[in-house]
Amino acid sequence: MNIVKYFLSKEFSQLRRDKKMLPIVFIAPVIQLLLLGYAANLDVELIPIAVIDHDVSYESRQLTDDFIQSGYFDLTAQSRDPRKIDEMIDRGEIVIALVIPSGFQRDLKRGESPTVQAIVDGADANTATIALNYADIIVQKYSAALTLSNLRAVSPGELNMPIEVKPRVWYNPELKSRNFMVPGILALLLMVMTMLLTSLAIVKEKEQGTLEHLNVTPIKPIQLILGKLVPFSLIGMLDVLLVLAASKLLFNLVPNGSILLLIFLSAIFLLTTLGLGLLVSTVSRTQQQAMMSAVFFVMLPMIFLSGFAFPIENMPKIIQYMTYALPLRYYFVIIRGIFLKGAGLAVLWDEALMLLLFGILVLGFSILRFKKRV
Amino acid sequence: MKIILPIAKKEFRQIVRDPRTLGVLVFIPIFLLLMFGYAISLDVKHISLEVVDCSHTAASRSLVRKLSATEYFDIAGYADSTDTADYILESGEAECILVIPVDYHRQITRGGTAELQVLIDGSNSNIGATAMGYIQRIIQDVSVQILKGKRGMETGGGVELRSRVWFNPELRSPVFLIPGLISLILMVTAVISTAMSIVREKEQGTMEQLIVAPINPLQLVIGKTIPYTILSLVIAVMILMAGSIFFNIEIQGSFGLLMLVSFIFLLGCLGLGVLISTIADSQQVAFMLATIITLLPTFILSGFIFPIKNMPVPIQAVTYIIPARYYLVALRGIMLKGTGIAPFLDDVAALLLFAVLTMTVSAFRMKKGRLA
Repeated sequence: MNIVKYFLSKEFSQLRRDKKMLPIVFIAPVIQLLLLGYAANLDVELIPIAVIDHDVSYESRQLTDDFIQSGYFDLTAQSRDPRKIDEMIDRGEIVIALVIPSGFQRDLKRGESPTVQAIVDGADANTATIALNYADIIVQKYSAALTLSNLRAVSPGELNMPIEVKPRVWYNPELKSRNFMVPGILALLLMVMTMLLTSLAIVKEKEQGTLEHLNVTPIKPIQLILGKLVPFSLIGMLDVLLVLAASKLLFNLVPNGSILLLIFLSAIFLLTTLGLGLLVSTVSRTQQQAMMSAVFFVMLPMIFLSGFAFPIENMPKIIQYMTYALPLRYYFVIIRGIFLKGAGLAVLWDEALMLLLFGILVLGFSILRFKKRV
Repeated sequence: MKIILPIAKKEFRQIVRDPRTLGVLVFIPIFLLLMFGYAISLDVKHISLEVVDCSHTAASRSLVRKLSATEYFDIAGYADSTDTADYILESGEAECILVIPVDYHRQITRGGTAELQVLIDGSNSNIGATAMGYIQRIIQDVSVQILKGKRGMETGGGVELRSRVWFNPELRSPVFLIPGLISLILMVTAVISTAMSIVREKEQGTMEQLIVAPINPLQLVIGKTIPYTILSLVIAVMILMAGSIFFNIEIQGSFGLLMLVSFIFLLGCLGLGVLISTIADSQQVAFMLATIITLLPTFILSGFIFPIKNMPVPIQAVTYIIPARYYLVALRGIMLKGTGIAPFLDDVAALLLFAVLTMTVSAFRMKKGRLA
């Protein structure tokens, strides 16, 4: 134990002496949370629209009004010249153009079904899909109201819409993506910070030749690793608290569930990131290799495939199975569950168990590997 | 030139001698592109739906079939009451719950209004909003059908919407995401590898040897960045080729222009890498800085996934210092829309400014002897 203690104090004084490292470790997460938390917003508000109205009738104006009133569209231009669409879409001034044909009113009065056209800039597939959905809903509503009033005219009497939907949204009633993204960013930051630190831990000593010095001392590999990991886990836990406090101060977001449970499960998650970082560190020969591997093999796949922004259920089946091997996947469920749904251990126990297993496995494996090497 | 070339050669040899790093640099981007290109999309489909059918009639079952027949909803299961709703949504077993009331059949046949309840897990706002939209659309459709059927009307009176999508007719996410991936991968590789290669000399003490050699810092930096510029351009071309082979994304505009813009962007990235190396003394700090400056900001602040228009104004202001932002506009313009340089001339100008700025600042810092 004494050896570990000495080694620990060496690690700590090294950390303390590194005047550039400490600010990065503690200030960067907060700044990043601030910027990214505000920026990571998938809500599409006010889609710029141009209406090309060839009919200029009461009905066409009504449809246009329905678009504006919906609160989803911002009428950027109104024109009768279809050539303008080209220009405006190219310049990115509008995302969608609605073309109402001439004879729109006439067809409606005759009981025919006129077709309005929506031209959408598909370059941003997400915004385009949402714009199309809204347009569809608005036209359909307009259409349904029209059918209803036509029917009332044909056969007078009480007439109701046969079905009505009452949607109720739980956990995030305003459907703000920030509430979903901020906990996600918390998780990403935690992973990035701890993995960056550990991935260099061993390889740095290797590259500088000091690992050989350590090897001739009576320190055992496991003690060495313990001494390396303890400071980083402390930093990681401090980062958790810091970022939690920041999300309260900056976004007024606090977990609906138990903070203690969140901290406890975060500690388990740290086992996995520290373990992965350590693994990277033991398999690499130079710091550059270690960093490249950490970024490309571990962090990027985790950012993209763990369900941070891209739903896992839409991925091909094979890749869905692969995501089970990513600890961040479970941590996302946990952190979002506790933050938004107020979930407890009764719901999250299987994710917690997976993280624990994963952590023990990776840490154990890298310690074993390290032993053999030394 | 006589001095720069040998340095570049030496650096190049060092890269080649470390096949693992080289492999990581060249093949991983392609691998990532494939992986992400196939795996990630923001499309919301296969939303899991739990059904609580209190009506148990042919009419209610037909309604459920209408929903499950679309690709948007998958039936996760059936429940007898809403008592378990809490658990179902909390554990993520289903993302929405449709409750069909006991009097569903009676109401729709007698001319009343049946009230359906839909509980939606809004925690993922994107999925929540889309699910709500789809359900409303499908049910309204059913509703109008019932109405028409009852009154014996065939068609008429409705308005149809026909949509045409430009540039990306099937609204495929890869088409939208691949330019973003290219900029992310280029940025990360270029900045990290340059910063590291310079700081490594510092850390290993070989920088001092270089400094006593008759080389001025500028020559040293240019020599060191040449191999990485070439490497990055090669990576860019490979990614573009992979995009065209695997995702059928042909470059609509001029290839030469694309390369030119990429080169300018890379200059800026390399400049940033050098700048970081003048600040950091150890590879660890260099790596931390480089990753923190490039990885998440390029991912989140460049407009890669999250539309810049939706960000609060102060954050929008911050995005102006993210070079990938400009590169992405140009890249999407050239690749997808086939536009010439005119619509994004200011973006290219911004990239150029970024390159000049990072290069000058780092040259200035180096002259002050910060390299040693």
